[in-house]
Amino acid sequence: MSETMEQGPSPIARHKALEGIWGTGPGLERLAAVNHNILGKRFMVAALVFFAIGGILSMLIRAQLATPNSAFIGPEIYNQIFTMHGTVMMFLFAIPMFEGLAMYLLPKMIGARDLAFPRLTAYGFWCYIFGGTILVVSMLFGVAPDSGWFMYTPLSSQPYTPGINADVWLLGVTFVEISAMAAAVEIIATILKMRAPGMSLDRMPIYGWYILVTAGMMLIGFPPLILGSILLEMERAFDLPFFDPTRGGDPLLWQHLFWLFGHPEVYIIFLPAAGALSTIIPVFARHPLIGYRAIVVAIIAMAFLSFGLWVHHMFTVGIPHLALAFFSAASALVAIPTAVQIFAWIATIAHGRPRFSVPMLYVMGFFFVFVIGGLTGVMLAMVPFNWQAHDTHFVVAHLHYVLVGGFVFPMLAAGYYWLPHITGRLPLARLSVPAFWLIFIGFNATFFLMHITGLMGMPRRIATYPSNFGWDWLNLLSSVGGFILTMGFALVLLDIIMMFKFGKGFRRDPWQAGTLEWATPTPPPSYNFAAIPRVTERADGLSPRLLGPQLARGEGYLAHTRNGWQETLGVDMTTGEPDQIIILPRRTYLPLVSGLVTAAVVLCMLFKLYWFALGALGLLVVTFLFWAAAVGNKSDIGPLPAGQGISLPLDGEVKGSPTFWGVVLLLAADATLFASLLFGALFLVVVAPGWPPPALLEGGFVPGMVVVLAAAAGAGLARLGRRANAANASPIAMQLGAGLVQAIALGAIFWLIAALPDPTAHAYSATSLALLVYLLVHNGIAFIVAVHAAWRYHAGFVSARRATDPRLAVLWGDYAGFAALVGILMLLGLPFLATLGGGL
Amino acid sequence: MPLAGCTGLLSTLDPAGPAAASIATLWWVMFYGATVLFALVAVLLAMSYWRSGLIRRLTPLQWILGLGVGMPVVVLTALVTTAFVQGEGLLPHRDGVRPVTISVLARQWRWEFAYPESPGVGPTIGVLHMPAGVPVDLTLESADVIHGFWIPRLGGKLDAIPGHVNVVRLLADQPGRYHGVCAEFCGDGHTQMRFEVIAHAPEDYQAALEASR
Ligand code: HEM
Ligand SMILES: [Cu+2]
Ligand SMILES: [Cu+2]
Repeated sequence: MSETMEQGPSPIARHKALEGIWGTGPGLERLAAVNHNILGKRFMVAALVFFAIGGILSMLIRAQLATPNSAFIGPEIYNQIFTMHGTVMMFLFAIPMFEGLAMYLLPKMIGARDLAFPRLTAYGFWCYIFGGTILVVSMLFGVAPDSGWFMYTPLSSQPYTPGINADVWLLGVTFVEISAMAAAVEIIATILKMRAPGMSLDRMPIYGWYILVTAGMMLIGFPPLILGSILLEMERAFDLPFFDPTRGGDPLLWQHLFWLFGHPEVYIIFLPAAGALSTIIPVFARHPLIGYRAIVVAIIAMAFLSFGLWVHHMFTVGIPHLALAFFSAASALVAIPTAVQIFAWIATIAHGRPRFSVPMLYVMGFFFVFVIGGLTGVMLAMVPFNWQAHDTHFVVAHLHYVLVGGFVFPMLAAGYYWLPHITGRLPLARLSVPAFWLIFIGFNATFFLMHITGLMGMPRRIATYPSNFGWDWLNLLSSVGGFILTMGFALVLLDIIMMFKFGKGFRRDPWQAGTLEWATPTPPPSYNFAAIPRVTERADGLSPRLLGPQLARGEGYLAHTRNGWQETLGVDMTTGEPDQIIILPRRTYLPLVSGLVTAAVVLCMLFKLYWFALGALGLLVVTFLFWAAAVGNKSDIGPLPAGQGISLPLDGEVKGSPTFWGVVLLLAADATLFASLLFGALFLVVVAPGWPPPALLEGGFVPGMVVVLAAAAGAGLARLGRRANAANASPIAMQLGAGLVQAIALGAIFWLIAALPDPTAHAYSATSLALLVYLLVHNGIAFIVAVHAAWRYHAGFVSARRATDPRLAVLWGDYAGFAALVGILMLLGLPFLATLGGGL
Repeated sequence: MPLAGCTGLLSTLDPAGPAAASIATLWWVMFYGATVLFALVAVLLAMSYWRSGLIRRLTPLQWILGLGVGMPVVVLTALVTTAFVQGEGLLPHRDGVRPVTISVLARQWRWEFAYPESPGVGPTIGVLHMPAGVPVDLTLESADVIHGFWIPRLGGKLDAIPGHVNVVRLLADQPGRYHGVCAEFCGDGHTQMRFEVIAHAPEDYQAALEASR
């Protein structure tokens, strides 16, 4: 193949060579960027812009509520404003903000040169920007979503929200969600497969654990919302009555699906911030984190528990009290892993030699605010109290104490801590301290008082109030606090601008931290590390000041360049021993193209051009095939030197490549979506009014069996194809055969769809239709993947060694077979259940 | 009590019935408990910076298992149990009581109250008549979207959900006028979806209903 140049060139020459490969071009070529350094920053900047927008909206809210009988804005506009405030803050600020920070930091902290799927990072970014833009622009046209950030049906259904306001939310947020799913998949794959050699899981810096758990939660937390949004959009667009109680649907199904996502969501927002705290506190306490293992256990416990609490948002919908008690206890339980972390942090400070500095100021602010939020959270988890406080400004106060305390304060700490890494300049600290106090005082003035207004009976989401309820002074002071808070944020912004302009430079690692990200030059080059280090201890007690120069001199793995490849190391998931050289795809406009086409799909849906939407969707599939076409080799290469005397195979020639694991993760998310759909079907049978349905599927058995058998055959043939390929024979016949039987399955699914009773008449047939469409999509994907694998073999990208494509065909074939079996069982079982069910 | 000034037409801390009163008590207990816990964290945090000698004797295990796990387990077990027992007491159980039943129909954006035990009366719109001193079961239904039925001084709220029937039990200690609001966001008229509650002395109740006809 090619010569390696270990230890050869000077650091400068090595830098130039690496930058030439990894760098992003100037001008318009920036749109082709796929590098995590650039995209991480873009995510954060965009999130800040959305934070400003959400902040302006909150100022409008506070201006409106400052005085009684306010005539400033009417309810039509007020409803849009608070809905957009909540939506922007949750979906366009908080989540993208921590994603951006994680994208930027994570590869550096674990010693990788980029994330596992750089093009996916870029695609996610475009989805985020385009989706966010659709949402924000809708405000300019006065058609912004106005049903509240949790979009309860039937208010958000067609009859009560006839305009496109609700469609903007459903489509826009789902569009943005694509970026969250993409981030989740690639963050997990990166953490599991791309750590520095020797970094076994128990040597991972604690931030890695937090982000791993968060990404896992996103992977199974978002699908219920995505499903719910799709179903509600289908109801609005095609009159399929999933949530309509007059036709066998149930508005409570939406609430379950939403909160199944919505509750984990708040932990998804908190955990990355807590990860930043767990990283920052030991540095300023000058003591290693106390309770590393206990914290890992706590965050995993938190993740599990958070999926069992969603009903505490639904204590007033009339669920039996015993069931409420269960969720109440589970909600209280989640206080324990939280307390473990809080006390571990305090212990770390107590046992160290703490020093003060701006990040620490915000850490103190975090403790103060978040603990109050946690305590009011436990109060709200008590069912009787919840019956009084639910839907009042007490809840508004609580949620801001947790979100601002548990996210904004830690992120400000993180900002002051990591901005020097991004800018290469130190903060000036002159404005930082007064800014903190404005934020701290302003925040508490705004929101502490809302606990009282809430207890005095002020419901949330009211556009104004008369003067006779005794809320006037509290609201006025809240609003004054809000403006102090805003001034504080403005000052922070100014502070950051000053830092960019006048901050002093520094050599390396200004805080004497112990994590790898400080071993890169600052600001970091596109490839992070000129050489990848070996880690022999827990990777938060390292010495970046010593390590950095060594790596720059090329003392480590992959300290060379060859063939213009973007190389980084892949390791065993648990032990962290290197097992492959990963070649990452280089800059390309494809993510932008796919993003634009996705935007076209969304816009066509929004403007009810459904046939165009379908066409655009087809086009989208084609663009993704182009992504695949750009990777792979046409000949076997075999192990290559990776530095430090070892040779490793390329990722295209091993079993467990990041691509493979990426698809496994995607399927896990997909299975969660499917499970949510099955849950929805059963929920309607058991709980919804208006069952049994007027007409049931008849004659479904034969086509149903055809679907199951054909899908099973497809899975089997894909496996035979993989085996043939492994034995150096051609898999083409088997893979085309798999495609053929998948096509037969598709035909039988269409047959079933045609046999269904009118899906607009009753939720029974609507859910059956949804199940069938799910199968249609998955057998369709299995068809494409199988045929594509055959084409890849034909084109020379596949061999017994280079077997990723046949492996992916097996994954999809298996999943489609599994989905067909379960889906058809459900489809054929529903008529039986339906006659039993009905308002049990 | 701090916040003792929290009286008001809609104040949960100014209870006028047993349900609201017991929840207000729960609130005060939780409020003082939370204040103590908050002070504990604040003091530990302050000590960790300025007087760490005193608390450094705690081992990591004591921090994590004692304060992080042990303390919350004790506090939460007590709290959850109390709240559960209290919640059971607030439910519309039928044993031993004969409540008055009133049907509530919510729609965008008004409340309609019907009195099945007094045929021919009502529905009264925006005004709920009920006897004082007697438990009243209100059956909540909605004609369109979800609304939230809430009379803060009498007790907790419950949603009126289309396709479902929910029952909330309330009792007003004294005759008088109380105020109710819609708690669940229900569209443009949500802000204005308030109603009035008139609790009559039991002997005047029937007469008042007749008069409202
Ligand atoms: C910048 C300071 C902020 C102020 C002054 C503020 C103010 C408010 C107010 C007054 C409401 C209640 C509106 C109503 O019920 O009528 C509200 C709702 C809300 N806020 Fe904020 N907020 C701020 C920051 C944030 C942040 C940082 C987040 C999240 C990360 C957030 C998330 C929410 C959510 C989810 C709602 C509920 C919206 C709904 O009811 O649909 N807010 N905010
Ligand atoms: Cu209402
Ligand atoms: Cu309402």
